[in-house]
Amino acid sequence: MTAAALELKGLFKSFGGVPAVRDVTLSVLEGERRLLLGPNGAGKTTLFNLVTGDLASDSGTIRVFGRDVSRLRADRRVHLGLSRTYQVITLFPKNTLAHNIVLALLGLSRSRFDPFSLLARRGDLWERARGALDRVGLGKLADRSVAQTSYGEQRRLELAIALAQEPRVLLLDEPLAGLSREERRDVQDLLTTIPREVTVVMIEHDLDVALSFAEKITVLHYGQVIVEGTRAQVVADPRVQEVYLGA
Amino acid sequence: MKRAAVYAAVAALLVVPAFLPFDYYVNIASQILIAGIFAGSLNLLVGYGGLISLGHAGYLGASAYVLAWLSTRAGFSHLWASLGAVTLTTLMAAVFGVLSLRATGLGFVMITLALAQILWGVAYRWVSLTGGDNGLSGFGRPQPFGIDLSSATAFYLFVLVFFAISFLFVSVFVRSTFGAGLQGTRDQPRRMQALGWDVWSTRFVTFVVSGFWAAVAGVLYADYNQFVSPHVLALTNSAEVLLMVIAGGAGTLLGPIVGAAVVVLLKNVVSAYVTRWVLLLGLVFVAIVLYMPEGLVPGIERLRRRTVRTGTRA
Repeated sequence: MTAAALELKGLFKSFGGVPAVRDVTLSVLEGERRLLLGPNGAGKTTLFNLVTGDLASDSGTIRVFGRDVSRLRADRRVHLGLSRTYQVITLFPKNTLAHNIVLALLGLSRSRFDPFSLLARRGDLWERARGALDRVGLGKLADRSVAQTSYGEQRRLELAIALAQEPRVLLLDEPLAGLSREERRDVQDLLTTIPREVTVVMIEHDLDVALSFAEKITVLHYGQVIVEGTRAQVVADPRVQEVYLGA
Repeated sequence: MKRAAVYAAVAALLVVPAFLPFDYYVNIASQILIAGIFAGSLNLLVGYGGLISLGHAGYLGASAYVLAWLSTRAGFSHLWASLGAVTLTTLMAAVFGVLSLRATGLGFVMITLALAQILWGVAYRWVSLTGGDNGLSGFGRPQPFGIDLSSATAFYLFVLVFFAISFLFVSVFVRSTFGAGLQGTRDQPRRMQALGWDVWSTRFVTFVVSGFWAAVAGVLYADYNQFVSPHVLALTNSAEVLLMVIAGGAGTLLGPIVGAAVVVLLKNVVSAYVTRWVLLLGLVFVAIVLYMPEGLVPGIERLRRRTVRTGTRA
């Protein structure tokens, strides 16, 4: 039997008395591709923020590969193999693309606390950074500053940063948001290259892409899980048609 | 090219006393170097960490007071008093760091200000310990390896050694893997945490390192003046060093040194001719903010690039 990579139990979060996540319980198996669906304000990104530790939950437990991380700091969760991308691109615009990746690599390296190891002389890191950029087709732009790249390239860089950390669980928050049709196809192709052993949970509004990518779908509405199942089960469910598809 | 510039700068700094006509100017050069170390320490927090402190004089002053107290009241030799001053002040910076880093932004500014004001209050009011308004005096300059530092040139060269070590340390520190992380926490703290960086610890280590170098500057300050009074801990002193960093160019290696030179020169040279020199300092600062908001060093670099571009086009 495959073990659960990510397990949420009875998760609650409210902002000023307004519940954003209500009693969410779900389990994602190792290597699974899971899609989180729901209309705007359903609590999808909040749920991601709770899992990564960007936000503290009011109650409930979060387990990553069986370990309770509910009270663990966000940076410590990353060291357990949890990586994410952001819905709103969050990069270091003044730095080069390679530098952005190097920061991601250093985040998991012990040498991040070394005040005497000159970054420019860490050839190993720069080489790995270029490799990570090559993987998403940005190798030629390695020395360009992020501010001088297009939105689509920045989206790919977000993905490259997450993948460079060789995560065990990858949370993708709308990786196709704001992209042109061609760019979407590029990113979609990239998603298929993510190693099979990596567990991927994705929030995405492009249903065609998302449904073809995911093996199982969880639908959230007003912070609650209303349906969970395969593509066919979810599409056929009248509650989904009512709250999400507006039928 | 870069290495040649460094050698030239070191040579120039070494021969500075030979070209200055009076000891008065050599002493001003010593003050600039001490202020340069002090401003460089604050630059780690402000320029590279994005943490604006309005209480940095607390470390300079505390270190100067501890040195004076250990020398005059506890009978320590100058060396041990200096080491004690730097150690105790660095420990104090660790405690203050824990308290200050509970907040960021304006909250951080206010906590650093409050902590420094407490130190100023102690220095001013606890007369039996600090001498109150009269301060502490009666200690001389050190005599490393028996070398007499009473002359302006000898003391300048003594300070230059510490200035060079501090500059080298800061330049390696900010270009290190740790330094890259520090600048990342300045630009995108949330993202850095999501990349596995412990943002709080990165800032805390920097806070303590910054306190350490301010303490070194404090020892040199006390050695230079051979007198310590509550003025060293005053808010104006904290504001002045912040001005040095911002005016020179926060987040650059040379900026705080240039800023220190501008402030010290205005304070010492211009004040001899202009009574209201503080007004002039304010006007200079306003002009810098208006025309070179990024600071003198980056601003001049920007102008140089523009000139080169124009020249190439022509």
